[in-house]
Amino acid sequence: MSEINMPKKNLLSMQIDPAKFEPASEDEKRQADVMSESTSFFRDGMRKLMKNPLAVGSIIALVLIILLILIAPKIVPYGYEEIIKVAGSKDKTITNLAPFAWSEKEQALIASGTKLFPHIMGTDSLGRDYFIRVIYGTRVSLTVGLFASILVLIIGVLYGSISGYRGGRTDMIMMRIVDIIYSLPDVLIIILLSVVLNQTLNKSNPIVKLLGTNMVAIFIVFGLLYWVGMARLVRGEVLKIKNNEYFLAAKATGASSWHIIKTHVIPNCISVIIITTALQIPSSIFTESFLSFMGMGVQAPMPSLGSLANNARAGLQSYPWQLIFPAMMIVIIVLAFNLLGDGLRDAFDPKLRR
Amino acid sequence: MSTENKSEYLVEVRHLKEYFPVRTGFLKTIPLKAVDDVSFAIRPGETLGLVGESGCGKTTVGRTLMHLYKPTGGEIYFEGKQVTEKNIGEFRKDMQMVFQDPYSSLDPRMTVEDIIGEPLDVHKLYSSKEERREKVMELMSLVGLNAEHATRYVHEFSGGQRQRIGIARALAVNPKFIVCDEPVSALDVSIQAQVINMFEELQEKLGVAYLFIAHDLLVVHHISDRIAVMYLGRMVEMADADELNENPIHPYTLSLLSAVPVPDPRTAKASQRIILEGDVPSPLNMPSGCAFRTRCRYATEKCAQECPALTDRGNGHMVACWNR
Repeated sequence: MSEINMPKKNLLSMQIDPAKFEPASEDEKRQADVMSESTSFFRDGMRKLMKNPLAVGSIIALVLIILLILIAPKIVPYGYEEIIKVAGSKDKTITNLAPFAWSEKEQALIASGTKLFPHIMGTDSLGRDYFIRVIYGTRVSLTVGLFASILVLIIGVLYGSISGYRGGRTDMIMMRIVDIIYSLPDVLIIILLSVVLNQTLNKSNPIVKLLGTNMVAIFIVFGLLYWVGMARLVRGEVLKIKNNEYFLAAKATGASSWHIIKTHVIPNCISVIIITTALQIPSSIFTESFLSFMGMGVQAPMPSLGSLANNARAGLQSYPWQLIFPAMMIVIIVLAFNLLGDGLRDAFDPKLRR
Repeated sequence: MSTENKSEYLVEVRHLKEYFPVRTGFLKTIPLKAVDDVSFAIRPGETLGLVGESGCGKTTVGRTLMHLYKPTGGEIYFEGKQVTEKNIGEFRKDMQMVFQDPYSSLDPRMTVEDIIGEPLDVHKLYSSKEERREKVMELMSLVGLNAEHATRYVHEFSGGQRQRIGIARALAVNPKFIVCDEPVSALDVSIQAQVINMFEELQEKLGVAYLFIAHDLLVVHHISDRIAVMYLGRMVEMADADELNENPIHPYTLSLLSAVPVPDPRTAKASQRIILEGDVPSPLNMPSGCAFRTRCRYATEKCAQECPALTDRGNGHMVACWNR
């Protein structure tokens, strides 16, 4: 826009002689025109995520596990609660089989030419197919982890952003409530709640029937207690955004609070929310497994990875694979989510950029 | 220009006060007087420069004027109508602000087009997407940005370019008055000149009035019609730019002017630098009477007892000092 006035050549300075330069050709000029594609923040983050081998590996592992738990029940002919009968009659030797082993009656059937589906992970002490039980256990654990994290996400983000945005006295009161909740012992509350709910909940309610009172208690506890970490993080982020001049600039244009939250606050703390949720999922899964292991999780015969591990304890020396399979599943899922969360942080955290 | 019910001034500020509560102990707060009894007025198309050292309340004046902070006391009038907390919405379209830090004043998650278009969205100043785009392009060419920059994100721009984006955003709603809060202090000198010249060109073209806040006297003198000098939340002197430069009265203005670097070493040697003793007192613990008396060579007993008011010394040259 403005003309560049060449300063007069100063004899004492080390100015370069313009005569030594030659004008750029058309071709060279066009080269300078080519600039990198302008990338949005999200696309840039995804690109970085895809360059991280650990994160990509965990995404692949998680996709495989999800495919497995969706497809396996359709292929495996056994039910998770079904005590396997061979040719319509009970089989005493089908309990506690090793992986890919057959019971006596099954061996007789195979010898006569019938094809049977193998027990990939053997069977349990009641003669149920262990593979399908682990698959269903993974389903339960993943679903609980996911839904508990979504619950935490919604409550935490709402609470934290209101607290941070309003500021002042509102913020102080809301954060003291968070401090109090932080100091409550979660396991104790789950035990208390499941005892209380066992007696008070209407058992014919379809949701309660499906989940069992223990599960309802777990969800309530996640909704009551576990959102505080998320709320604190989001509040801190909102306070930081409020200190930026673009927040003031939006106010100066006369934008409404809703407009400011929608266009400035949420997009600028979305990375923190994504990362925290990704790291919340494994911790929820872990808590659920832990509680099920303690006998406070899902109700039998529905398996969860934690209750499977607990049941395997009794025969640990004779049938160690009954513990190894669910434990491996927990390890793979939790590790994959943690690595994915770390990858997301590396890719999306603005402090680590460039 | 002045009619019976309309004042000749576009913006009038009377006895503006802004106190921030500061915690000094458990349940104990004392007010920090960031702005204390500041009055000034700006005519349409005029530039008022506001100078003073860091922490003297310049930025707070600008932000309180824009109602980004709730004023503790005083009145603000725009075109003769009082601006209050309730009716500020009506004035947002006519008053805009350019911010100091071009790095934090633009949302990093938005494209240039969306940043400049945001005021248009807020005030619904277009009927179709094409119209919005057209207006944004117009603003971009007005501040000297290329049209192909529209889809880019701000981290791809230099400081000067970012400040242009900020200026385009302020101009989007066609304001009559812009508060420029140290718009060039974050830029390097060569870019400063470009941006300041652009401010002047825009004023000629669009007839906007500026409150130009800066701590660089040379910059302020170049762009302003009148200059106001602040010290510790109070206004100490206000005069036409040339008058203030040639005939400063307040001792603080004198020392400020003597600190301006002179390009010619011979003149610089000849001119005497007035060096102030001591530090700026804490605004939490202000000296009684005149705030400047602790560092003033003319201070007398009267200065400690009573705070001098701004008085007219002729030609609209206002000074707040007992002894000069």
